[in-house]
Formats: sequence, C-alpha cells, structure tokens
Amino acid sequence: MKQYSEHNFEQCTKCTVCTVYCPVAAVNPLYPGPKQAGPDGERLRMKGGEFFDESLNLCLNCKRCEVACPSDVRIGDIIQSARIKHSAKKPGLREFTLANTDLVGSVATLVSPVVNATLGLKPVRHIVEGVMNIDHRRIFPKYAFGTFEGWMRKQRKAQEQFAKQIAYFHGCYVNYNNPPLGQAFVKVLNALGYGVQLLENEKCCGVALISNGFIDKAKKQAKSNLAAIRKATAAGLKVVATSSTCTFTLRDEYEHLLDLDNGDVRENIDLACRFIYNLLCDGNHTLQFNPDAPRVRVAYHSPCHLERLGWTQYSIELLKLIPNVELVKLDSQCCGIAGTYGFKKENYATSQAIGESLFAAIEASECDYVATDCETCKWQIEMSTSKKVFHPIEVLAASL
Amino acid sequence: MNEFDVIIVGGGATGAGVARDCALRGIRALLIERDDIATGATGRNHGLLHSGARYAVNDRESAEECIKENMILRRIASHCVEDTGGLFITLPEDSLEFQAKFIESCLAAGISAEAIDPKLARIIEPSVNPTLIGAVKVPDGSIDPFRLTAANILDARLHGAKVLTYTKVDELVIESGRVVGVKTTNTITGEKGVYRAAITVNACGIWGRDLAAKAGITINMLPAKGALLVFGHRVNNVVINRCRKPADADILVPGDSITVIGTTSSKVPFDQCDNMYVTADEVELLLREGSMLAPALNHTRILRAYAGVRPLVASDDDPSGRSVSRGIVVLDHATRDGVEGFVTITGGKLMTYRLMAEWTVDLICKKLNIDAKCTTAEALLPGSSKTSTEDCMRTAVAQVGGKASAFYRHGTNAEKIDSSTAAKRALVCECEQVSVGEVEYAVEQLGVNNLVDLRRRTRMGMGTCQGELCACRAAAVMASVGKSCSDKAKADLKGFVTERWKGMSPVAWGDTLREGELLSWLYDGVCDLSNNGKEE
Repeated sequence: MKQYSEHNFEQCTKCTVCTVYCPVAAVNPLYPGPKQAGPDGERLRMKGGEFFDESLNLCLNCKRCEVACPSDVRIGDIIQSARIKHSAKKPGLREFTLANTDLVGSVATLVSPVVNATLGLKPVRHIVEGVMNIDHRRIFPKYAFGTFEGWMRKQRKAQEQFAKQIAYFHGCYVNYNNPPLGQAFVKVLNALGYGVQLLENEKCCGVALISNGFIDKAKKQAKSNLAAIRKATAAGLKVVATSSTCTFTLRDEYEHLLDLDNGDVRENIDLACRFIYNLLCDGNHTLQFNPDAPRVRVAYHSPCHLERLGWTQYSIELLKLIPNVELVKLDSQCCGIAGTYGFKKENYATSQAIGESLFAAIEASECDYVATDCETCKWQIEMSTSKKVFHPIEVLAASL
Repeated sequence: MNEFDVIIVGGGATGAGVARDCALRGIRALLIERDDIATGATGRNHGLLHSGARYAVNDRESAEECIKENMILRRIASHCVEDTGGLFITLPEDSLEFQAKFIESCLAAGISAEAIDPKLARIIEPSVNPTLIGAVKVPDGSIDPFRLTAANILDARLHGAKVLTYTKVDELVIESGRVVGVKTTNTITGEKGVYRAAITVNACGIWGRDLAAKAGITINMLPAKGALLVFGHRVNNVVINRCRKPADADILVPGDSITVIGTTSSKVPFDQCDNMYVTADEVELLLREGSMLAPALNHTRILRAYAGVRPLVASDDDPSGRSVSRGIVVLDHATRDGVEGFVTITGGKLMTYRLMAEWTVDLICKKLNIDAKCTTAEALLPGSSKTSTEDCMRTAVAQVGGKASAFYRHGTNAEKIDSSTAAKRALVCECEQVSVGEVEYAVEQLGVNNLVDLRRRTRMGMGTCQGELCACRAAAVMASVGKSCSDKAKADLKGFVTERWKGMSPVAWGDTLREGELLSWLYDGVCDLSNNGKEE
C-alpha cells in the first residue's frame, strides 16, 4: 500500500494486531503496547508534549508491530521518533558506555584479557550494577585481542587478486568481539570468487546511539557511513553486512529515524546471507562442500530486525543448502535483549520474560547449536540457554 | 416540588447559561431539554473561540461582543478553551485592500490585529497555504461546546437548579393569557409531568419557533444549515481564517485532537431541522475551499461530516442567511405579543451565550422584582482554574501517567476521577484516552443516560476509530454501574454505532471506509448487533 498522508499513523484502523504481537506488552503491564504508544499517542502528542508518556521507553524497538500491521503503519518508528523528540530522560554514563560501541570497543580490544577477566567476576558485575544500573546477571560479550580491521589490513594484497570485489560492513561486534565471523565471511566470499574490501573509515552503524538517545552523534556517524557507502557504490561495489541489525539500520533507520536520505544507495546495501544465497541461485556460482564435515543439528532463530527486513527466508534457505546441516526452524519470536535494552537493570526481568519461551524451545530442539544473524540475540541465547550460537555464515564456512 | 421561579426550555449553551445565571442569583430554576444537553446548534459548529475579527468589517456590534466574551471565557472556562491564536490569511486571489480595512475594523472594535510577514505566518503555522500574500494575527482560540455546556449545567445544579434531560414539552400551561408552566413527557419512561413557574424561557434555538407557536406567538426564523468536516488529527495548531468577506468553508479550527473545516450555508425547510445530512456537494465544497487554507487537507483522513442549523431571526429575505446579523435577540412576549410570563432568547452565537443569559436573567429579575447582580463574568465554572490547564496537565502526568487527557477535558475536576487502581485506570477509549474511572465519573456526576451522552462528556468514540473498540467497553462499564441492563446496553450500542456511521458515510472513502468495514465486522459480525442477538 502506498503511503498517502504525510502522517503515516492515519492509516491505522485500530485493529490492535500490533499489540497482540508486541513482546513487551505480553509480559509488562506498564507498557501500553504499540497501538497506544504509536499511532494513538502520536495523534495526542500533536496537541503538545505534555501528552508524551515515559512508558514509551519500555519499547525495545523490535519492529514486530510493523511486521504485523496490515495497514503498513510504521508503528515502531513513530514510537522511537516520539522518544527522540519528547523524552525528558537524558542519557547518562550507562547509556554512553553502552551506546559508544566503537569507542569502548577500540579501548577494550587493546587490553581485552584484562577486560574480559574483570567483567567476568561476580563482585565486579555487582559494582557495575551499583554504579551503572546494568544488571549484574547480564554477561558481557568478550572482547577480542586485536581488531578485525587489523587482520584485514594484512589481507589486502591477497583480496585484491580477485576479479570481483565487494565492500564488507563488518560492524562493531565483528571488529572488537568476534573477528572469526568476519574471517569466515571472507573465506566464503573468496570461495565464491569475490575479494573483500572494507569501507573507507567505517563507523558504528549507530543503532545503539539511537536507542540510547545520542541522536546528533548517530547522525554524524550515519553521514560518514553514507559517504563511504556512496564512494564504494560509485566504484561499482555492493556493500554487504553480516549483522542483520547493522543492515536494517543502514537501510531503514537512517531514513526513518535520522531523517537522512539514503535512497540512492539503499538497494546497494545487502545482508550477507541474502547476497550469498542469490549468488548461489544465479547458476554461475557454486560452493565445494567438505564431504567429511560432521553432521550437525542447527536451530535457526529469526532476529526481529531481519523479520522487519523481510529477509529471514534467505538465511533459512542458505542453511538448507549446507549438506551436513539438519535444520530446525524455531518459531519467530523476540529473544528479549534488543541490543542494549536488556543490559539495563530496569529491563532485565522484562527481557528474560520475553525470551523465556524461545529459550525453552531451543532446549527442547535437541540441536547441537543455534544459528542467527544477530549478535545481540547470540549474547542473549548463550547467556540464557546451554547452547552456543553461530552466524549462518560461520556454519557455512565450517562446512567448506 | 414542581414549583419554580423560572423554567428554561432548551439545554444548549444558552439554556445552560440561563440556568446557571439564575442559580447564581438565587432564582429557583428548572431546565428542560427534550434530548441531551448540547445536541442542537451548540454542539454542531466549529468550536471556535471567535476573536470577533470575522464580524469586524460588517457587524461591529457582534465583533465587540465577541472579543469581550472571548476574554471572559478564557478566564471562567479555562478547561474548555485552548489559546491557539488565529491567523487571517490573504491568498493571491484575494485583495490586500480588504486586509487594510479588516485591520482597521478590528482595532476599532477593540480586537488586536497585527499584520505579519507571510513567511512568519508559515513558521507560526506550517500547514498554512504557502502561497499566501498576507497574514494578520488575531486572538482566536478553540472552545469545546460540550464541555462548556456541561460545566454550566454542573454549576447550575451545584447552586440548586434542577435539570431534566430527555423531557419533551408537550404544551405550555396558559392561564388568563399568561404562561404559568409546562406539561412534559419523559421521552425514555413516558412519564408525564406538570411544572409551574412565573416565567418560562424559550431557549430552544431554531426549535423556539415551535415552542412560541404553542403560545400562539409567531417568531420568523430562518433555518440556515451549516455543514462541517472533522479531520482525523490536528492539521493546524493555529486557527486559520480567510481574510475576505465571510464565505463558505473559510475557517479551519484545531479542536482538541482534531481539526474542523466549515461551514457551508444553505436555507433548509423547518421539517428538516431534525434530520441533518451532509450532501456530497457540501463535502466537495468544504474540501475544495478548505484546502485553500491548508493544502494538507487534500490528503488527510476525514473522520466524519456533520451539520447544524443556525437559529437566525429573519430580518429580511436573504436566501443565504449570511447577511443576517448574528446579534442577540431577547423577546419579552408581554410587550411584544401581550403574553406574560414568556421570554424568548435567540439569535446570538455560542461565543455570546453568557451575555445572552445575562440579558435574559436581567429581564427576568426586572419582571420578578429581584435585585441581584450578574456574576457569571467573574465566577469560574467548575473545573476552570487560575493555573493554566497546561500546568495542571504537567502535574497530572508527573503523578499518574496518561491522565493528561482527563485534565485537558475536565480541568481541576479531573481530580475527582478515580484512578486508584489499574482497573480504574484501564482505558475504555484508547484514541481519546478515556479511562474506566472517567466513564464512571461522567455517569455519576455529569448526567449521562446513554453512550451518545457519554461521548459528549468525555470524547469517548470521537477519535480515529469512531467507537470501534470503545463503545462496547463503555456499554459494559455503564451496565456495571447500573445504568443499563444487557438488553438496554445492546440497544444503546446499536444506536451509538448507527449515529457514528451517519457521520462517516458522507466521507466514506479511503481509510475511513476501511475503518467502517472493520467497525461493521466487529459489531455486525462478532456482536451480531443488526440482529439484536435474536436467533435467526
């Protein structure tokens, strides 16, 4: 359906299906649900800021309301925009630390053994809770020793040998916490005949900055990223990301929440699983799978932002192509962490209650491990279940 | 006790104002209304707090009355008024010469009118037609006629007046050529009544012609229909008027959560006054002219259309009814027609309801030999407060999330709404944020008999979905406080949904039509309302 009014909320017919699908409304009675917080509230907020309700901060921005909406209302965007415009709660030290994944990551990777060991200690986590209001039960992702960008610098010559090239948007997580995922991506792309480059001066996509209220900084970084993406596009390169949330932020949140026009490059930004699946389907690309790879039972979890992109099926179909993988599709539901949301002490109970049925389904699936396209889903599932979690690209790389 | 000093027939703003004025002056008053309060012209206009600027050029007297009452209403009815400010814009096809004359006339009538740069006007009101070549700032605002009438009724009752709604006057009791009371029928129960008073006031608006006829008196009235459209949300935050001779659809008013464009003007026969439908031609005209004020109207969802009848007293044969002065007409039928004990108050406008009441009660005092001064220009209406509504709302939000709407509607009286438990805070109407507690307050304190009455007191069902989700919840709450059994609730619900659809049908396209479909699935498909729950 084409958007007709400049006020997208007008298309709402009050059917309330969004609230039925809202993971927060289901477990936290303090949250009025997306219909009231979004289109209903927006109409009242046009009378004045007094009609803003701080309970909107309970929204975890999963966008499942938008996926459910039959009228194409951008409910999640309306709620996030209202928070940006009206919330009186200003970001503090905790928000600064959680949001600046770039800055914190670049420091932490220098001394990662110390950081990892310290953050693993129970007394330290209690202190972090006391000082920062980050829940002590929350387990931090481990920092890598040395960044992915550092590793890539050593690969430049080898990557330039390939006739076909793509630009990789690795994201903060691959850079500071999980370089092996980036390395797996490079391995797969090389096997398909593509060399991998980095963008010129990639910045954090800004998703955590947006959700923690650092809009000006998010905008600055977004502009820098768009400039880098335009440069890559001009050189004929597709920009591919492994993280579903980075992809979603670059494609949709830049325009909808930061009000930046990315229409010229949007279609050039792709998700790794989709890009690779489409290559494998075009008849010109094949992968040589290792016949000795051990059989594994993998449960796939669909991240919320990937659902919003509408691209879950690409990851699932890609996993199905791997001969040694026996795939279990988990029901699509939010894991509850929503990036930095679940780290905050006041959200911990909500976060875990949302994920509860997913955790039970994972345990019952008798899988060897879980696969998902989102790093924060990985942290949540690894913390809350007995299973390890990998990116589908890592699963694919391991079978080559 | 069926003896009073004064019986007022008609529960619009004027009748309510007369009842309040009487009560404040210690006069025993009974108000009789055949339907609910504010069902006639009172509730069927723009809801514009006129600065008087619109009348300044042609009708200095009305303009002066307007600006005086404007300032009084801001004080005594702060919770019914929003100080939006107003703009009179000149478009390329209008003349800037008129603007000069307009400003001069405004200033002469005591209305502040400041010409501003069109660029500034676009900053003040971003929705305004960007091609404007002139703009004048005036002290317009918006006023909620339902709240205003309800507050007058509430205050009248607090000061001893008696109010009977759903009570029809069958005949005037006339003894020795003098009106001494009324005979009535309760339209719900069928119960008959006789009430006596020294003076009966005819405050029936356009229907006053019929009441006067019961005493053999002829009042020449001119029913002029005015149609309006309600848009789904606030398009503008400042009232936008066209700076030219008054014409069709040249005022755009932001009222509470919506915007209203109006009006048209056409002569209608008397037998159609109870049967106001908005025609396709009227809708088209309103949209065409309205989008000259704010182009966004062309692609904004229209919630509904409605029409009212102006109670103009005919002074000539003008077929449009527009050049008739909206001046106040007080008729003492003793001197005019030789019928004692009967007074008609008509003409005027919502803006001057208080002054109309003052003049009427002054006449009553004179006739009854009572020496009591009018205090309605100073005494605050219940809910109004010296602290601004915005301040109250801010406090309310800090205390209980989501109470801002209740404060916006009821002013300080919102404190009487029970929000002590989650069940009381639960929303009945989500579009307009009406809680269970607010419904109960309205039923118990504001004289609500059915769902349509409840809508007028609270805005329940006036939002985007037009009753789709709230009407059945409200019916349940009303049943639980003993206002209706389940059969009555079902009939009430049917009446309410039918009334909502009447307003939606003239504009049923696009999203409004989709909404209507969903409404019909829910009430017809799920609740089986058409069938009234009977087996096939």
